[in-house]
Amino acid sequence: MGQTVIEKIFSAHSKDEVKPGNIIWLDLDVRSARDFAGASVVMNLEKYYQNEENCEDKDKTVFTFDCVVPANNLGYAENQQTIRVFAREEGIRLFDSEWGIGSHILIEEGYSIPGSTVVGTDSHLNIMGCIGAFGQGMGDQDIAFGMKAGKTWFEVPPTMKVTIEGDLKAPCSAKDLTLAVIRKLTSKGALGKAIEFEGKAIDNLSLAGRITLSSMVTEMGGIVGFVPPNDEVISYCKKRARSDFTPYYAEEDAKYIEEVIVDISDLKPLIAKPFKPDNVVEVESLEKDNIHVESAFIGSCTNGRYEDMKIAVDMLKGKQVAENTVMKIVPATRTVLGDMIKNGDIQILFNARTVVSNPGCAGCASGQIGMTGKGEVQVSTGNRNFKGKQGSGLTYLCSPETVTASAIAGKIISPENL
Amino acid sequence: MKKPIILKGKAIVLRNDTNEPIDDIDTDMIFHNKYLHITDINEMGQYAFDNLDGWKDFAKKTEKGAILILGANFGSGSSRQQAVDCFTALGVQALIAKSYGAIYKRNAINAGMPLLLAAIIDNISDIVTGDEIEVNLETGLIKNITKKKDYQAMGMSKVQMDIYLAGNLFDYAKGM
Ligand code: SF4
Repeated sequence: MGQTVIEKIFSAHSKDEVKPGNIIWLDLDVRSARDFAGASVVMNLEKYYQNEENCEDKDKTVFTFDCVVPANNLGYAENQQTIRVFAREEGIRLFDSEWGIGSHILIEEGYSIPGSTVVGTDSHLNIMGCIGAFGQGMGDQDIAFGMKAGKTWFEVPPTMKVTIEGDLKAPCSAKDLTLAVIRKLTSKGALGKAIEFEGKAIDNLSLAGRITLSSMVTEMGGIVGFVPPNDEVISYCKKRARSDFTPYYAEEDAKYIEEVIVDISDLKPLIAKPFKPDNVVEVESLEKDNIHVESAFIGSCTNGRYEDMKIAVDMLKGKQVAENTVMKIVPATRTVLGDMIKNGDIQILFNARTVVSNPGCAGCASGQIGMTGKGEVQVSTGNRNFKGKQGSGLTYLCSPETVTASAIAGKIISPENL
Repeated sequence: MKKPIILKGKAIVLRNDTNEPIDDIDTDMIFHNKYLHITDINEMGQYAFDNLDGWKDFAKKTEKGAILILGANFGSGSSRQQAVDCFTALGVQALIAKSYGAIYKRNAINAGMPLLLAAIIDNISDIVTGDEIEVNLETGLIKNITKKKDYQAMGMSKVQMDIYLAGNLFDYAKGM
């Protein structure tokens, strides 16, 4: 019987028999921890492996600071300092506060490559599915063990196939496609399963679009969601990879536990209302309510690539954000910010009266650009809108196009109707 | 000390008034969040199941070496390790359930708590609390010594066995 993508990746990283339901030892190519929970990882390593080598392979071990950068509260400051000192003493690579979101750094810096296995304390590390890699967020004890042992145990999940039918047409973008999938699957549709995405619209997604889709597999309940790497992705990763890699694709006769079709031929811009990412409706259906937007946020690991920034830049050229609205723009990484500076985008965003910040999770993790107050309406390109996640306000999740249109109009509006 | 692969002990069967397995027991019913501040494992036992109707006196009823027979989706909910450790504190030897919450399973395996899957749980109503049972962790064979009847559960995987024999996840990695 043929293997699915996750079964092939696992088979290449384990001596145990890989089939759904089996618990196997899995070799880890990358073990990472971020400023959230990273300090606990350090404390576990120091507590349990005091007088012995605490890392199986330091070149495969990485710390990143992405949640609150630079630290703006004492808790994060202390935790970051614990990690900083540990990393320096042990000779482990740390991407400090200037770098941006860890999962993106791992891809940009060639740690995560197609077919690799990546773990860390970030619950959205399954974003690695965007390049056909396995990623998984775990608790601090599990990650400390992974750093020490270079492997972890994992229960092989069954795989479901999600086929997208129809083409993705502007002004809809990857985020609308992603929300369409969440609407269909709901927050439990992929519970305990790996997903493989398929279809022409999927093949045509850029790396940024693939990032958007795979980063929200967590919100579908899934373990990880794979997008088969195309030539663009493979050559992007080849240029950066720290070692050789093999992209894996499902075999013809691979066995799926479930197959779901999502038809996007008539897709309209979508939005997830508070407080659940699967509370999805068409943006247009909210227009009659005249929902005033106080805060508009573009960024996060879901929509923080240059392509996402560029959407806002192009829409804001020669325009300004509505008078009673604040627009916050946060690139995912230093590289994205660098491109924005080089291309003159910052000037346009400045003229449009937006706040542009240094890279990181920012609005998604109550980080450097702040939170929302009670009753404050925020449109955001992030991936979660749970109560209290970004303050006490009301967060709506949508595409960069919808966020920008709403920021210009000062109310929730579809980009088609701006 | 070498850990045994065959465990013998008194069964404690979690069933409701109509003798059906209690499904979906979540971590708040096992170890309520009002005790989350407790970090000393010796303190945890007394609170096991103290938020589960009908079982609030579990800590008094159980005995060292007990083997728990549970329903489906045991330990769903939050990621609290205490929901496993409270059983260790009481000397519970093993858990047998139809299925477990994913994080609970991870926590139990990491802590070296033997945990078996038994699809037939609904049909083993002839094991009652107090029966003397024997469990083979490797093969998954459950023997009811009192009633002289056998049942087949799933044996533990190699990984689970590795961690159980080492003590816990951290001990497993010692000296690697
Ligand atoms: S942007 Fe949000 S979801 Fe993404 S890694 Fe940061 S905190 Fe997590």
